[in-house]
Amino acid sequence: MKEEIKITTPLYEEKVIQLKAGDLVKISGHIYGARDAAHRRIFELIKKGQKLPIELKGQIIFYAGPTPVKPGYPCGSVGPTTSYRMDPYTPALLKQGLKGMIGKGLRSKEVIESMKKNKAVYFAAVGGTAALIAQRVKKSEVIAYEDLGVEAIYRFYVEDFPVIVVIDSAGQNLYETEPPKYAK
Amino acid sequence: MREIKANQIKDKVKALFLKANFYINPDLMQQLGKALEEENSPMGKHVLQMIIENNKIASREEVPICQDTGLAVVFVDVGQEVHLVDGDFKEAINQGVREAYKEGYLRKSVVDDPVFERKNTNTNTPAIIYTDIVPGDKIKFMVMPKGFGSENMSTIAMLKPADGEKGIVDFVVETVKKAGPNPCPPTIIGVGIGGTIDKAMVIAKKAIICKIGQSNKNSKYATLEKEILTKINNLGIGPAGLGGNITSLAVHIDYLPTHIAGIPVAVNVCCHAARHAEGIL
Repeated sequence: MKEEIKITTPLYEEKVIQLKAGDLVKISGHIYGARDAAHRRIFELIKKGQKLPIELKGQIIFYAGPTPVKPGYPCGSVGPTTSYRMDPYTPALLKQGLKGMIGKGLRSKEVIESMKKNKAVYFAAVGGTAALIAQRVKKSEVIAYEDLGVEAIYRFYVEDFPVIVVIDSAGQNLYETEPPKYAK
Repeated sequence: MREIKANQIKDKVKALFLKANFYINPDLMQQLGKALEEENSPMGKHVLQMIIENNKIASREEVPICQDTGLAVVFVDVGQEVHLVDGDFKEAINQGVREAYKEGYLRKSVVDDPVFERKNTNTNTPAIIYTDIVPGDKIKFMVMPKGFGSENMSTIAMLKPADGEKGIVDFVVETVKKAGPNPCPPTIIGVGIGGTIDKAMVIAKKAIICKIGQSNKNSKYATLEKEILTKINNLGIGPAGLGGNITSLAVHIDYLPTHIAGIPVAVNVCCHAARHAEGIL
């Protein structure tokens, strides 16, 4: 196992290209939470050339919709949702300067090609560890599309949010390289 | 006749959904510990440690294990000597779900219309309710908050009788292979064989929540479970799909008599949390 790398947001190309598939990373700073419905709206705005509710340049989007906040806690349980549902929208967001995505599961060829072209990184958070991840979220707020409820855009302030680089900006992909090593 | 009030049903359903969302069943925790010992991949071990730690935090703090607190699935066995009073059966169950999801700060993940509006009902209802009438004067509830990361990876096939055992093994293993990292492995795989196309999936779903790793009572089906589990774990997908020898924690098969012309096979995939809780009134 590699040593952990600490990064802070925003994330720029120089840092992105140093991150390699298999790296264990701890993220600190602001990240955005957005899932299916928010992606669809952002995508429509990009297509029409209209202003987006958040600046994507240098940012990380966490594919997540948290549980409601229990009193006394900064955030509800929040873990990654499956990423492939965001694939149809993702290349357009990467073109706008999005540098990182946190989710779980496979990505399409188009997304991986776009990540290579636009120098972006795909992190996996461990699915089903929402209570653990929530402890690394120090602040959470809805900043756009409140009408979407759980599918609104959130802004989280995180400290040492644990992720794994699954697909790096060169297209190295742990989901392809690792299972064959253990297959019988 | 034994009278049971609708309110009692509501309270029971509510308590069970809270329990299922905060507490992992002890048999599953034990199985995760065993998986941690048996996993060869360092990354796989790292992932399993995080999962185990997560489950401890959830129960200690009484917060949801996963942010996807699921669609509320309820299996109810109603004793035929029960007389329900002071309310409506389905409404009592739905009210129990509503209260659990509101008071437990659980996520509401139900949209009213699957295609067009997709507007959140904001109550996590309606629940999916399966009712069976059984002998006796009790009501047994099995609740299952079912997340959709794994539900989306589930499959069904109508095999030919000639496909037999091999056809079933290949279909289940192929389902898990295609799902890869998506359904939060290590998974629990419910397999329903026989009946009709719809019934096969219902028994597959119910099979997920039997005691983890408990073999089928029929030794032929128990052998089939073992064979499928071995083949799945030989895929190398591993915890979180990052490589390893533990891809599934268990394969549970249930089966029913079926038509002379076919073998329905349903595969209901479940994440490593396999949340559920049982209670009797």
